[in-house]
Amino acid sequence: MPKYLLLKHYRGGPESHRPVPPIDQWAPEEVEAHMAFQNHISEMLEENGEYVDARALAPARTWVRYGGPDAAPVTTDDPHPETSDLVAGWWMVDVESHERALELAAYVSSEPGPGGEPLYEWIDVREVMWERPQTTDPT
Amino acid sequence: MGASSDDRPDVIDEPARPLDEGALRALVPRVLAGLVRRGEDFDAAEDALQEALLEALRVWPEHPPRDPRAWLATVATRRLVDARRSEAARHRREEVTHAEPPPAATEEGDDTLFLLFCCCHPDLAPASQVALTLRAVGGLTTREIADAFYVPEATMAQRISRAKRSLRGSRLDQLGDLAVVLRVLYLIYTAGHAGRVDLSGEAIRLARQLNLATEEPEARGLLALMLLNHARLPARLDAEGRIVTLDQQDRGLWDTREIAEGVRVLQSALAVQTDDRPPGRYQAEAAIAALHDDAASAEETDWPQILAWYDDLVALSDDPARQDPAAVLGRAVAVGHVRGADAGLRETEQLREVLGERHRWHAVRGHLHELSGNLPAAATAYAEAARRATNTAERDHLVRQAARLRAG
Repeated sequence: MPKYLLLKHYRGGPESHRPVPPIDQWAPEEVEAHMAFQNHISEMLEENGEYVDARALAPARTWVRYGGPDAAPVTTDDPHPETSDLVAGWWMVDVESHERALELAAYVSSEPGPGGEPLYEWIDVREVMWERPQTTDPT
Repeated sequence: MGASSDDRPDVIDEPARPLDEGALRALVPRVLAGLVRRGEDFDAAEDALQEALLEALRVWPEHPPRDPRAWLATVATRRLVDARRSEAARHRREEVTHAEPPPAATEEGDDTLFLLFCCCHPDLAPASQVALTLRAVGGLTTREIADAFYVPEATMAQRISRAKRSLRGSRLDQLGDLAVVLRVLYLIYTAGHAGRVDLSGEAIRLARQLNLATEEPEARGLLALMLLNHARLPARLDAEGRIVTLDQQDRGLWDTREIAEGVRVLQSALAVQTDDRPPGRYQAEAAIAALHDDAASAEETDWPQILAWYDDLVALSDDPARQDPAAVLGRAVAVGHVRGADAGLRETEQLREVLGERHRWHAVRGHLHELSGNLPAAATAYAEAARRATNTAERDHLVRQAARLRAG
């Protein structure tokens, strides 16, 4: 019963296995098929009793730091806008094992892209931490 | 006054009292067992009873029934009949009788055992066994179970539905594997306290009921282990919610009544052991917990006796490093205290492959390095542990240990 995030990225991560143009350049029916698959994932997870959460993040990002005493916050744009890691969204799942999380991530990655072919997108799998320890900590 | 509310035969308006939720929940497995024994389908009966439970939670505070058990059975049966009528079923079932004798303790235990075997069916995944047990035997609502595991209510409801669907067609009237039941109860215990639901308390309650129906020493061993561990919980977190390890805990906060009961239950289990039937895993773990609980201070801990019990525990497995690495790791700590920290560290080496990526292995080594006076190695080990922690409370604790040891 651990929880995992299955993260999609706009960019960053390992080298793309199948580079494709941005989705706005696909054929309309390819766009539909891709979006329908995303809904199907959520429904499948709900049906399985594995669904916890699903979110998308807008691509705009701002880096912020403390400006110092009596100073305004300091913001900056992405220093490496072409290559830096940018999370697009996630599913959070509650599953029996890490192996199951990987299996689900691979399935997400099989989502259709241009030409109806799988995207082979790299999915980032991260374990979500509990807030409290299990009761039986012996030491 | 005195007119019955709704059209339920056994309800007479009584002055409103605060609802005894514990008593209500305890009725759930009794009523469910009665329905299933009468021939109702487990899946349909459990759904109908869950609905009756939700209605009871709504209605009873204002209109407490005179016979709560009969009320639940009647309402659940009515739901079943309605459900069947809407499916245009052919078979008629008997209506529940109201003149049921008061339950005997053993009958209560038998109901629990029967349902536990249903819910802990080996075909189900552990998460499903846990969820179904909590609902059908624990009498918790789907919402409460979902909250306890931080998942949406719909997800938990679906998990339970699927579990029951997959049980269709199985024979549910035969004896199951008690070891599986014990494991599920232990899983519930370790899940702990979340929001308003105390799963550790729930596990203890279910283990008590289980022990009404079986003489099996391991069932007593499990109850003893839970009690002896639970007794220490008040000392486990400080006022700020930070973890306090066993050696640092304020033992004045331990629940002496729970310890006494745990020791009693354990002794009754060990009394029936023979050379041919040595104590099982839960009894050995309970004995170790009892020895810790018996020490007035950390310094007075009887480590040689604890080590002897770990030797027995480890001997239960053919390949302990692979089959019960937690026991081997616990034994390494005992070795460290009996034969010196370096001996303990050597004992952890055999677990490097199996546990090397888990935080507990590194944390134990940190503890042993500190015991041997090697503070830099201890700090490094705790930092390695922190990187591998899977809950924030332990991660924070391990980070603090590393920082403390690095500071000298």
